[in-house]
Amino acid sequence: MSSVTPVRRQLPVSPWLFAAPGLLITGAFILYPFVSTLINAFTDRRTLIPGEFVGLANFRELLNDDMFWVGLRNSTLYVVGVVPALVILPLLLALLVQKNIPGITFFRSAFYTPVVASIVVVGLIWVWLLDERGLVNSLLETIGVGRVGFLSDQWLLLLSAMAVTVWKGLGYYMIIYLAALANVPRELHEAAAVDGAGAVRRFLTVTVPAVRSTMVLVGALSSVAAFKVFSEVYLMAGPSGGPAGEDTTLVMLVQRTGTGLTGRVGYASAISVVVFVVTVALMLLVLRADRRDES
Amino acid sequence: MSVLEKVRPAAAKPATAREPRVTDEHGRRIRVWELVLRYLLLLAVLALTVGPFVWQLSTSLKGPTEDIFSSPPKFLPSDPTLHNYERVAETIPVWDYALNSLKVATANVVTNCVGAALAGYALARLRYRGRRAATLAFILAMLVPVEGIIIAQFTTMRELGLNNTLIGVVLPGCIGAMNVLLMRNAFLNLPYEIEEAAYVDGANVWQRFLRIAVPSVKGTLAVVAIFAFMGAWDDFLWPLIVLSDPSKFTLTIGLNYLHGTFANDERLVAAGTIIAVAPLIALFACLQRYFFRGVGEGAVKG
Repeated sequence: MSSVTPVRRQLPVSPWLFAAPGLLITGAFILYPFVSTLINAFTDRRTLIPGEFVGLANFRELLNDDMFWVGLRNSTLYVVGVVPALVILPLLLALLVQKNIPGITFFRSAFYTPVVASIVVVGLIWVWLLDERGLVNSLLETIGVGRVGFLSDQWLLLLSAMAVTVWKGLGYYMIIYLAALANVPRELHEAAAVDGAGAVRRFLTVTVPAVRSTMVLVGALSSVAAFKVFSEVYLMAGPSGGPAGEDTTLVMLVQRTGTGLTGRVGYASAISVVVFVVTVALMLLVLRADRRDES
Repeated sequence: MSVLEKVRPAAAKPATAREPRVTDEHGRRIRVWELVLRYLLLLAVLALTVGPFVWQLSTSLKGPTEDIFSSPPKFLPSDPTLHNYERVAETIPVWDYALNSLKVATANVVTNCVGAALAGYALARLRYRGRRAATLAFILAMLVPVEGIIIAQFTTMRELGLNNTLIGVVLPGCIGAMNVLLMRNAFLNLPYEIEEAAYVDGANVWQRFLRIAVPSVKGTLAVVAIFAFMGAWDDFLWPLIVLSDPSKFTLTIGLNYLHGTFANDERLVAAGTIIAVAPLIALFACLQRYFFRGVGEGAVKG
């Protein structure tokens, strides 16, 4: 490298040398598996058996598979439960930490801590907190409510997992909102205040319209992530998905069906295709809702 | 604070002597009751977000004779001990798992920084046919939901004979498409003239890349490094699928195993989770700036 090379034309191979490692990895481990998932969905491939083309058989089987409907229901409920909370709560949190009062950087960082922790750590912390004999139940008993079976009831389990997802995501979206809030012109707030608008009114008429595109972004990001939920439910409900598997999500079903030596790769791929389709649909839905609002 | 600002409250001193002068981001004064309310809310949220970690730490420090189920709960261990950390190491090879996690995370940092910088530079600066196709490939790869392709990734790993190896854990994410695009944007934002001058002075493409371009995008590179480390250290689904041999487990998979097998021993699981989370909290405490910056850059692109 130290030798001074004379001015010369750039060799045509070097750009490809630069891009090659990235393209190779992306091609081999993202794009190729994506295409092969699409193809496998129409075969009866298993982990150790190559399998044959079976047309739409996997998708027909899906329609009659109760577990698939349970998974689709839970993943959809997850979006419905988690997304509104993750669009609104971090915005309120961002408003709370926006003003530069003493110690505020400490609070901002502290609120971000759950984002840094692994989902496994977070899941296990909450499994212990929500345990029949855990902290939350001791507190509930102390104030006279009595103990609640957060981790034994099918619906409470799903709700608890949603709460954990929201808890872990708050800090992340708070930072996104903070960046957006910094761009809200202060004159708007002052004008509204002069006109006699209270804090709530100013929030709805000034803040919300100003960060609306960020809210759409957060909605899109969080809904896609929520539909693909795996770890929280896997850790809190267990690998088999809670009582009678009723808390299984779609990605848990993919993992359960497709792995192991007897894994049904073809069938799991068909479920994955459903995950792709719904994910894309969710994105389009959020973006379209955005456009309609604008007009 | 300018001199002028310091003078003003002094004039009104008798009335506001004990009132701290606190202003918002626009330099306006915040009323005291509002400030008190703010701090109360901040403390409440603090209890909710950090409290669970503290409770976990407290549980991990409670000895075998102390009641961890008491109601009302006891927040501080009466006789703090590191006994549970010794026990967790006797139950599962937790330090080996930590070492595996460290290997995976370090490898992920190196490959992502090198690979993404190289590819990002090619996409941003070099002229060649097929550049748009290459950019499109990375954009498409970024949009693929990883959770949907894990089974195919697993069969690919099997075909390569890399399942159940740490290399298999690292490979799929070792040059993230999003990192490539982040680096591309960072390079695009550099003024082209400097590199042009170097080109005229006879610097070849490697020299321009290493001596001029890379040193100018250190900030973005740091973001890529941190998120690569955190992503690999925290990852769960993929290592769960690709690793089956307990001696190869990473910390997250080891913790899941510990939880599944010794679920009744809360002190043990608590000690394990603290071991897994402490390094990242330390990293975050030192490099917060880059963590926050990464959120902004990632969200805009994602």
